[in-house]
Amino acid sequence: MPDYTIEDIEHWDSRVHEVVARFGLDTYPQEFDICDSNQMLGYMAYSGMPSHYPHWSYGKAYEKLKTLYDHGVTGLPYEMVINSNPSLAYLMRENSLCLQILTIAHVYAHNDFFKNNFTFRTTRPEFTMGTFKTHADRIRAYSEDPSIGIDKVEPVLDAAHALSLQCRRNIVVRKLTRTEQEARSIEAARPAPDPFWQIHKRAEHTAPELHKVPLVPEEDLLLFIAEHNPYMSAWEKDLLTVVHEEAQYFIPQIETKIMNEGWASYWHKRILEALDLPEAIHLEFLVRHNQVVRPTPGSINPYHLGLRIWERIAGEAEGRTTEEGGNGVQSTNHDRESMFQVRETDRDVSFLRRFLSEELARDLDLFQYEPKGEDLVISHVANKEGWPRIKESLLRTVGMGQVPVIKIEDADFGNNRTLYLRHDHDGRDIHLESAEKTLGYVHRLWGKEVALETIVSGKRTLFCVSEHGFSAKSLK
Amino acid sequence: MTTLHETIVRPYRPADAERSDRSAGDRLRHRQKIRESIRENIADIIAEESIIGKSRDKVIKVPIRGIKEYRFIFGKNSPGVGQGDGSSEPGQVVGKGEGQEKAPGDQAGDRPGVDYYETDITLDELTQIMFEDLELPDLERKKLREMPAYRESKRKGYRRVGIRSRLDKRRTVRARVKRKLAVSANPDTDPGNGRFPFHDDDLTFRHIVTDVRKESNAVVLCIMDTSGSMDTMKKYLARSFFFLLFQFICTKYRNVALVFIAHHTQAREVTEEEFFSKGESGGTFISSGYQKALDIIAERYHPSLWNVYAFHCSDGDNFESDNPAALKAAKEIAEMANLFGYGEIKPLGSRYYESSMLNIFRRLDTDNFQTVLIERKEDVWPSFKALLAKDRGAD
Repeated sequence: MPDYTIEDIEHWDSRVHEVVARFGLDTYPQEFDICDSNQMLGYMAYSGMPSHYPHWSYGKAYEKLKTLYDHGVTGLPYEMVINSNPSLAYLMRENSLCLQILTIAHVYAHNDFFKNNFTFRTTRPEFTMGTFKTHADRIRAYSEDPSIGIDKVEPVLDAAHALSLQCRRNIVVRKLTRTEQEARSIEAARPAPDPFWQIHKRAEHTAPELHKVPLVPEEDLLLFIAEHNPYMSAWEKDLLTVVHEEAQYFIPQIETKIMNEGWASYWHKRILEALDLPEAIHLEFLVRHNQVVRPTPGSINPYHLGLRIWERIAGEAEGRTTEEGGNGVQSTNHDRESMFQVRETDRDVSFLRRFLSEELARDLDLFQYEPKGEDLVISHVANKEGWPRIKESLLRTVGMGQVPVIKIEDADFGNNRTLYLRHDHDGRDIHLESAEKTLGYVHRLWGKEVALETIVSGKRTLFCVSEHGFSAKSLK
Repeated sequence: MTTLHETIVRPYRPADAERSDRSAGDRLRHRQKIRESIRENIADIIAEESIIGKSRDKVIKVPIRGIKEYRFIFGKNSPGVGQGDGSSEPGQVVGKGEGQEKAPGDQAGDRPGVDYYETDITLDELTQIMFEDLELPDLERKKLREMPAYRESKRKGYRRVGIRSRLDKRRTVRARVKRKLAVSANPDTDPGNGRFPFHDDDLTFRHIVTDVRKESNAVVLCIMDTSGSMDTMKKYLARSFFFLLFQFICTKYRNVALVFIAHHTQAREVTEEEFFSKGESGGTFISSGYQKALDIIAERYHPSLWNVYAFHCSDGDNFESDNPAALKAAKEIAEMANLFGYGEIKPLGSRYYESSMLNIFRRLDTDNFQTVLIERKEDVWPSFKALLAKDRGAD
């Protein structure tokens, strides 16, 4: 049985909230659901959403989570919070009172981050629950429709899931309409004004290919296919839209993982320290806090890395003492202001680029590893020569950097309605088996031949999937 | 910055928790996918697993393909960044190449290898899938899957004493009624309408004795040609055939022994694993296998005590000179056995059609000898039925 009552939770929540307000964190209204471990596993499998459309992959995720949990390989997260307005978070009833307080504080910080960070501006948090519910209802309706049915819905969803992250990364930047794109390309094709035009030969004018589709390479694969495959029925297009919209909703969270977790860890520590906790709870809190933010050797713990950087921004790592006043408000207001600014205007890539210094990296003992034969071997450590390399690879792999950039070049390649894709190669080769299989999914959705141009071991290569199957050839 | 504090805490409601098994449908769908995947690879799995004569609860590890979720991801040559414990040096090994999880980052972190996994299924499920694959009729499937229910004891009369669970209530009550009638016939002892309780003497228990049915023994001799190339498909066909035979015999006899005889030019008695493992190359003397079978029957399984079932799988490629000896030995086995079958496995498209033992064995004219030709897995069940029709021990 839990060692607390609902009244305890409400009591501590209002105290936490007082401190949160005093610190100047700016949050949506907060809601907490108390759930048990099975429900928590369920929420985890469905990205936390109380309502989500069904797909076998979530069943698979659940089984995997449950197996790992039952065998004690992984624990459950203390907290799970949804970017919505009002924000919804789950508290697991098996947790101790200390963990609940810690979680509540952590959740408020995430809540503040969701509300203020610029990447989340496009997520429309006041509609989150409703949107996911409508998506679920629509997909269920298709699955139950006798003229469609689950056996047709599922293959489309399988394919859409495979491509869901192949989309524009910086959603805050507005996408140009076709007319605007045309105007721009006409503008770009116009010869530069030449003050000596009377004595010069007139520059050759090449008209832009305005009939081309897409006019500029297109990153939103699912949307493009939905718009440009004339043989796709309305419900199929709708499925692609649903999957695309969900991915768009989650991309800000992928893009700010380190910042967001660091931010929450930074604040839960400050909040709990300001709460004047009973000693037993305080000691447990110290243990739990260290469990959460300890480094995981061999990889990067976003909680740890994020927390260290935030502390540095707060001016604490420089050896300045934290002068917690009696009211718990730190006196270095300037630092606090710059922190709030950073949480608003950065995401992981810019955050790390700006604030992860060589000194901190050395302190964290960051290293870069590369595959060598069977093993992963450390190639650089954080010293004068190694640090720039490490920083470069770190910036490349955070957030959406884990997803290869693939753009649609031409939807009518060879006047054949072949979909021509190009991988923006940045030194990292694409994984071949996955590329072959995923390209198969593109083909399933596009319905005609698809081609992907990439570089494999330094050679330009073209993968094709048509009704005859997969083929690869190297290009000159 | 004091906002109205309006946090809502919703308490835990067990009823919700019980109703909220939201992933049940998706889990079911996922399992169906696994099952489909197994079914597609059933030939490979059966060809590699020892299934004959094993407990139905035996758990088998089966690799799963086809339910992986693919995305465009980076391949092997992409470097990563990690954090050390303060003593990292260039050249240190920090992990294995494939299957190493990167820093957690939502769904995008799927690396190849992580997703490839095995699942455990019981032999019972596996045979169920195999039966589906062989398209066994439902009725027969049931017959073969049911564990033979042998009554090892039977009821014999009643006793005054016994254990509570064998109390025969009906007879007990009857005994009381009888006693009451007897007692009330005598006016001295008539209890009238007073209480008339049960007495120890009323209690009647069923008596159970161990069944002393005649012991029923059977031995299944699996003889297989391990000479040429027994490829996966041939192994699958042979193994499923032997398996069916064994299951069938199990439903009819209580004590079933299994013997595996592998032969090329010489014969050896082996375990099931060895039996289906890669055979030696070289020529074939079918008679050697039969001779070994005869020896084993004479030594351990005398036909007066055992019902002998022998079955031989081969691709029919025997040395010309051995044919008379093989025919003779086959005749001998057929005389001793309830049933002797010869199955020639020739997957469609294989050569050597000309050298077939089927022509030779046509000369063997006994009613409990049966030859079958298996060309594809659909043939397994019809040939199996044809074979059993000749069972001498059949009722």
